[in-house]
Amino acid sequence: MQVRVAFRGRWVAVGMLAPSMLAVAIFVYGFIGWTARVSLSEWRGLLPDYTWAGLANFVDLFADRRFHIDLVNTLVFTSFFVVGAVTVGLLLAILLDRQFRGDSVFRSLFLFPLAISLVVTGVAWRWLMNPSTGERLSGLNLLLGTFGIDPLAWHTTDQPWGIAWVALPAVWQMAGFTMALFLAGLRAIPEELKEAARVDGASELQVYRGVILPLLRPVLLSALIILGHLSLKVFDLIVAMSGKDIRLDVPSIYMWTTTFDANNYARGAAIAIVVLVMVAVLVVPYLAWSLRREAEL
Amino acid sequence: MWRRLVVGVATSALVLSACQQAAAGEVEVFSWWTAGGEADGLAAMVEVFNEEYPDLTFVNSAVAGGAGTDARAQLATRLQQDDPPSSWQGHAGQELIGTYVAASQIEPLNFLYEEEGWLDVMPETLIPLISDGDSIYSVPVNIHRANVMWYIPSRLEEWGVEAPTTWDEFLAIAATLQAADVTPLAIGFQWTHMHLLETVLLGSLGADAYSALWDGSGDWGSADVTAALETYQQVLEFTNSDASTLEWDQAAQLVVDGNAAFTIMGDWAEGFFKAQGLEPETDFGWASAPGTDGLFQFLSDSFVLPVDAKNREGALAWLRVAGSQAGQDAFNPIKGSIPARSDGDRSLYDAYLTSAMDDWASDTVVGSLTHGVVANDAWKAEIDTALGLFLADGDVGAFQEALVAACAEAGPCS
Repeated sequence: MQVRVAFRGRWVAVGMLAPSMLAVAIFVYGFIGWTARVSLSEWRGLLPDYTWAGLANFVDLFADRRFHIDLVNTLVFTSFFVVGAVTVGLLLAILLDRQFRGDSVFRSLFLFPLAISLVVTGVAWRWLMNPSTGERLSGLNLLLGTFGIDPLAWHTTDQPWGIAWVALPAVWQMAGFTMALFLAGLRAIPEELKEAARVDGASELQVYRGVILPLLRPVLLSALIILGHLSLKVFDLIVAMSGKDIRLDVPSIYMWTTTFDANNYARGAAIAIVVLVMVAVLVVPYLAWSLRREAEL
Repeated sequence: MWRRLVVGVATSALVLSACQQAAAGEVEVFSWWTAGGEADGLAAMVEVFNEEYPDLTFVNSAVAGGAGTDARAQLATRLQQDDPPSSWQGHAGQELIGTYVAASQIEPLNFLYEEEGWLDVMPETLIPLISDGDSIYSVPVNIHRANVMWYIPSRLEEWGVEAPTTWDEFLAIAATLQAADVTPLAIGFQWTHMHLLETVLLGSLGADAYSALWDGSGDWGSADVTAALETYQQVLEFTNSDASTLEWDQAAQLVVDGNAAFTIMGDWAEGFFKAQGLEPETDFGWASAPGTDGLFQFLSDSFVLPVDAKNREGALAWLRVAGSQAGQDAFNPIKGSIPARSDGDRSLYDAYLTSAMDDWASDTVVGSLTHGVVANDAWKAEIDTALGLFLADGDVGAFQEALVAACAEAGPCS
């Protein structure tokens, strides 16, 4: 009797999941497979050309000076963005965890930037980070000027540091998200552990260093993974800020210009596969680790 | 049950296709004419179209983005889906030939040229550049000149300088201008840097050597090209530092506001200056880009007939208007370009445009790089990457090597 019920329940479950599984199979894995096939072809015009080219596109890509710039920019952007977002998010979460009156207002305020499109953020910060000098001083440079500080070049600084400045609006946008992650993590820490530490004579700083931060490690890992894969794919923020300036080039922009401006679909697909592999290297071990953790629990 | 289903589906399909026939009064045209004089000029041509073909509805699918980069990206997606618009704007020359003719996506228009008698009114030097072999592939609406230098005469007087006729003269007066806290040359996004590059190449090399670079007979690695690139580098030192944040019209605004002395931009800038309320010759002035006097570096906006165009009769109607005297004389005075036809009504065109029409008739005509005449998209993209890398690291030698490689990989060089 029980076996029959369990059997029927399983089929219902599969039935409910089937449409999504089919959609994912076609639109995600099917298209990944097609992109991989195009990256191994010689498709260079408007008409598809699937002539086998082996790994030639990838070899050419890694010898390409522009792609080297892309990889360096991605590394610099990811470093500044992830460190910035985690630090600011953690700080905000710790402050908001104090639970004072009106803390929910601040929580909402810090989360608002997440609701804005990255394109809007890019345009607004492009105005703010305007590098014009002299009579056309504007934006943040104007503010710095009132304090007697020389105008900065912001994101028009020479490669590779220009892109570090682009991390500023990205942090502004995503710090709220990291803050929400850490707040949840902080709230999950049992009060007894903190009380016990305080009773043992630990100062607040020691409570944080010894009890709270170590217990936040799983949340930190999630934050690093999510922010990391976002920054590997960043596109709209940079295009909104700088058009197609090569000094701020990243793989996704190169992929877009080489596919639509140069009609070089094979190279565009190769770049897409490289980005996919970079993101997979980040995400797959994390998924495996968290699945294993769930199985253990 | 199955039979009812099949009948039901078949009937719905018939009804749906009938609905599409009824909507056939629409003519969807893709362009990148979304700003200022361009959008107004298009609207004027659409008025002519509506008068001549009141049963057809014009659907304006314009997409913004300088030199049409974003519009072409969207168009590529539509073509991949086999869903072409009724017509689209393209730059006459290799941009059209190298992309759409190569993919067999546009139809030859020789029959239309014969019907409308266009071969008698369009310049001879233009036709080969918009054809592949003997097949003509587009209807040019206008002619723009790329090698024009713009300035405000009253301000030049104030600063005590004159419009330079060679790049050496420009470099000589640049120091004077900088001392007066004026940027000698205003420039914007990377494509405007390519626009400057092509005028410097033309000015340094001359018409024959310049044209030779594009048909495979010239040598990109030659010392003459090195000298031209070094001149280019020197000129760039006298441009505004925030160039990468400015579109071409914002750079032109610097000239209007007195923050910069000159800007080198195609003559669509005339529409911009006039929209600011300035009068040609009195309030704003122009000259050939240094070193290019007597040379007309042209580009042309033209419309094509897609294979399987949506509403082919409507598309042909639009093309007839685009190539007609009424259509071109409606569009060009507002847009700030000269008609491709030689029988434009000169009274409609202002001081600059009539002087351009004279130049078009007498100057040596060469093609523009940035605006798709001399190089196909793949080659132009390679040059663009090489240029971007040069702007980032300033290495002339590496730039020249990359240009040689670009010609070998995507152009006619061996």
